[in-house]
Amino acid sequence: MGISFTSINQTKLSTGEVYCETLCELAEENPRIVALTADLGQSSKIGEFMKKFPDRFYQFGIAEQNMYGVAAGMAKAGLIPFTSSFAIFTSCRALDQVHTDICYQRANVKMISSHAGTSFGQAGTTHHSTEDIAIMRSMANLVVIVPADGMETANVVRAAVEYEGPVYIRINRGFDQLVYKELDYGYEIGKAVQLAEGTDVTIIACGSGVFQAVQASAELDAVGIKARVLNMHTIKPIDKDAILKACRDTRRIITVEDHNVIGGLGGAVAEVLAESGMSCAFRRLGLQDCFSPIGYHEDLMAIHGIDTNGIVKSVHDLLQLDFEDDDDWDDEV
Amino acid sequence: MPLTKEELLAIEAKAHEHRRTIIETTLCAGSGHIGGALSMIDVTTLLYSRFMRIDPDNADWEDRDRFILSKGHAGIGFVAILADIGYVDRKDLETFNLTGSNLGIHLDASKVPGVDASTGSLGHGLSIALGTALAAKQLGKEYRTFCLLGDGECQEGSVWEAAMAIAHFNPPNLVTLVDRNHAQIDGMTEDVMPLEPFADKWRAFGFHTVTVDGHDFEAMNDAIREALDRKDVPTCIILDTCKGKGIGFCEGNYRWHYGGITQEMGEEAMRDLDAYYERRVAAIEQRGEE
Repeated sequence: MGISFTSINQTKLSTGEVYCETLCELAEENPRIVALTADLGQSSKIGEFMKKFPDRFYQFGIAEQNMYGVAAGMAKAGLIPFTSSFAIFTSCRALDQVHTDICYQRANVKMISSHAGTSFGQAGTTHHSTEDIAIMRSMANLVVIVPADGMETANVVRAAVEYEGPVYIRINRGFDQLVYKELDYGYEIGKAVQLAEGTDVTIIACGSGVFQAVQASAELDAVGIKARVLNMHTIKPIDKDAILKACRDTRRIITVEDHNVIGGLGGAVAEVLAESGMSCAFRRLGLQDCFSPIGYHEDLMAIHGIDTNGIVKSVHDLLQLDFEDDDDWDDEV
Repeated sequence: MPLTKEELLAIEAKAHEHRRTIIETTLCAGSGHIGGALSMIDVTTLLYSRFMRIDPDNADWEDRDRFILSKGHAGIGFVAILADIGYVDRKDLETFNLTGSNLGIHLDASKVPGVDASTGSLGHGLSIALGTALAAKQLGKEYRTFCLLGDGECQEGSVWEAAMAIAHFNPPNLVTLVDRNHAQIDGMTEDVMPLEPFADKWRAFGFHTVTVDGHDFEAMNDAIREALDRKDVPTCIILDTCKGKGIGFCEGNYRWHYGGITQEMGEEAMRDLDAYYERRVAAIEQRGEE
């Protein structure tokens, strides 16, 4: 399947709109694709799909539990439902249906979950979603993806159609800072993308943290610190090889996520490191087990230390730690 | 078509066989959801005898009719039917509920052929049924979807989310049935959290709603036929049933939602079921002579 999406679109379209455009293109080729929403068609920007494919668009009103149950039934009968709701409602409000109807039955449902993290900052904790990665990651059978920007979202939507099984796709409200200029960078579910080479420290980020990590790496480079950046877009199944390679190569790892530090990307990376028997200096950046105050997304990222400045500061802190610098890992395993 | 006397007798015999299987399975398992299985077994027997278009050799036939057992805890009743069709090996019923068995209390659609949805958490089935019915329309298929809910289950708000959506989309070939056995785990429904006026609630949500005796095969047969023919609005059939129907010590007693039985109780249950069946056959024969 080809997608005609370009970076020019990305500068004009919000991430949600990119999702919708991509889905429309894929739906032209695949008649099994249908779109569902629970009164968040406008907010999640799938209005264009509704116009182009009115017979394949289903509006359920403010009733998320029903929507996810219906999606499971549709998928079991052969359709590929894409649901659009806010991440907080997918992961909390309708979790029983997501767990039992979709994940347990391995229903081929693609759950687009927007307004993730603190990206709808002013709306407050009722509309923030800072636990969803932890929750969804614990659902067996489920693939969990957090795209870095609109371009990657286009790739993820395409990959999700090709993948048979349930997928949780976590995107932000509004526009994302551009990480990618083109689609063709070899996107693959479960395969981290290295965006900067480095040997002093590795910054592993997902979602809105990726752009900040790239910026931080550039700033650090200016003062002679080589920070590797990994875009860990797939939280499950996580790219263990990339994490362990980073541990071996750089001995210092920082994770960055717009999410509680408990159970999310940082938790997933920590699990891989702990089970490997190797150790390294390690920090998890994100919400430090708190609910967020309200504010603009960029302000909240600064407050929670997951913006460029916060990452740079954490790297400096981490570099202060005295950490043995031998290449012999065998004695530590 | 209305049921002929021969068909009626055949369905009675089948339901009796299934009732006995439920008790046999419960004896092997040690315990089971006897009450709700015995209240739903008549309608389910009728559906699989008269309405469900399935392929006994291919449980996954994509054009098959779907049956969503939203009251998933009645799996011990449903599995008797699946064994009768041949989807489940009758020998495997002896492993029901036991460690390592594919047959748990709440049947797993990925492990048990003929099960269209993994239910158990209540208030889910009707949404799934709506999904399969909408998919039939989207894919241009003719299959029908039957969804059987419990009455206590209708205390879940998600049931009414689904009801609202069914009335709105009104997909063809979806029939909603509720096993109104008046009892739930903690007591009688009207004591725990009243459902009445139950039929009026479904009507208010936009359903053509009929209440029939859920142990009267002819009445149920007519109601389901009418529901399949009716296209202007969706139909909800409320089946007025008795929890534990056919066994004296279970009938109407909410405590038999789930329970264990001894060998002795099992024998008593079998005697009751045989007597119940004989009474029903006699009534049909007697009516024929009038």
